[in-house]
Amino acid sequence: MTSLTLVRRIKARPSIVFEALTTAEGITSWWGPDAGPVLLAEVDVRVGGRYRVRFRMLDGREHESAGEYLEVVPNERLIVTSQWTVGGEPEEAGNVSRLEFHLEPIDIGTKLTLTHAQLRTEASRVSHERGWTGALDKLTHRFSLASAGDHDQRG
Amino acid sequence: MRPNRTGGTCLHRQASSAQFALDIARARQILHHMVNYRQDQLDRTFAALVDPTRRAILARLEREESASVSDLAKPFAIKLPAVMKHLDVLDEARLIVRSKQGRTVTVRLRPEPMKQAMDWLSRYERFWSKSLDRLATYAERKEAEARRRER
Repeated sequence: MTSLTLVRRIKARPSIVFEALTTAEGITSWWGPDAGPVLLAEVDVRVGGRYRVRFRMLDGREHESAGEYLEVVPNERLIVTSQWTVGGEPEEAGNVSRLEFHLEPIDIGTKLTLTHAQLRTEASRVSHERGWTGALDKLTHRFSLASAGDHDQRG
Repeated sequence: MRPNRTGGTCLHRQASSAQFALDIARARQILHHMVNYRQDQLDRTFAALVDPTRRAILARLEREESASVSDLAKPFAIKLPAVMKHLDVLDEARLIVRSKQGRTVTVRLRPEPMKQAMDWLSRYERFWSKSLDRLATYAERKEAEARRRER
């Protein structure tokens, strides 16, 4: 299914990166696609707990992402569900996304890997589990690397 | 649609505002269907792209604009019926369009669903790129502060 993976190498120890991901102060300082403000950040960091982040974009529109903590392993990983709304209306037909943050200690500090996967149906979950990432790379390169002999064994 | 019996410009104010509300409700419903439809399409697009043979077919169609079914089948070590099955999947996902002229079936790429998938990706890629950049800046500042304290 539809998914996206991004990696950042950060010059900060994992505990500090984890704090940035899980505290209201941290989230307020970075969440959002442009320089618009975060208006609200509520966190209840425990499995089954919920979070809510509302932000305003520079175009004036307010979006909100809210969800539940599925896995909380301090300084290692954080997995949450996420539902997006704009102006109170559901985005993406009310679909649920899954956000996974994985932290790995490296020499300069922390390697942070984020995967945003859109979950919808059992079928889409299955195709996601069957290894989307390889196909995704090719898609983002507009198929420039795909060829008949280029069989992705994970598929 | 409400039949306009009077035919004039003087619409009954109350009726007109009720009609307006109805139109909004209808528009919302239609929009909802469209969003769902787009979502289904997104699912189908990504599901169709899981298979490497189908990706290779699409890659070729992107390069060559159109090709006959037998031309498409040539580079693959699989039989024509298997290629036809892949083309069926791509057709159902509305990623290609087939047209028949005489005995030749020509296959072309249909660009819209691919564009939708790209839009989804670029939207969230932009969101998370910016967010993670700021997260890194924030964490690095916190790290510097922590080191100053530890000294």
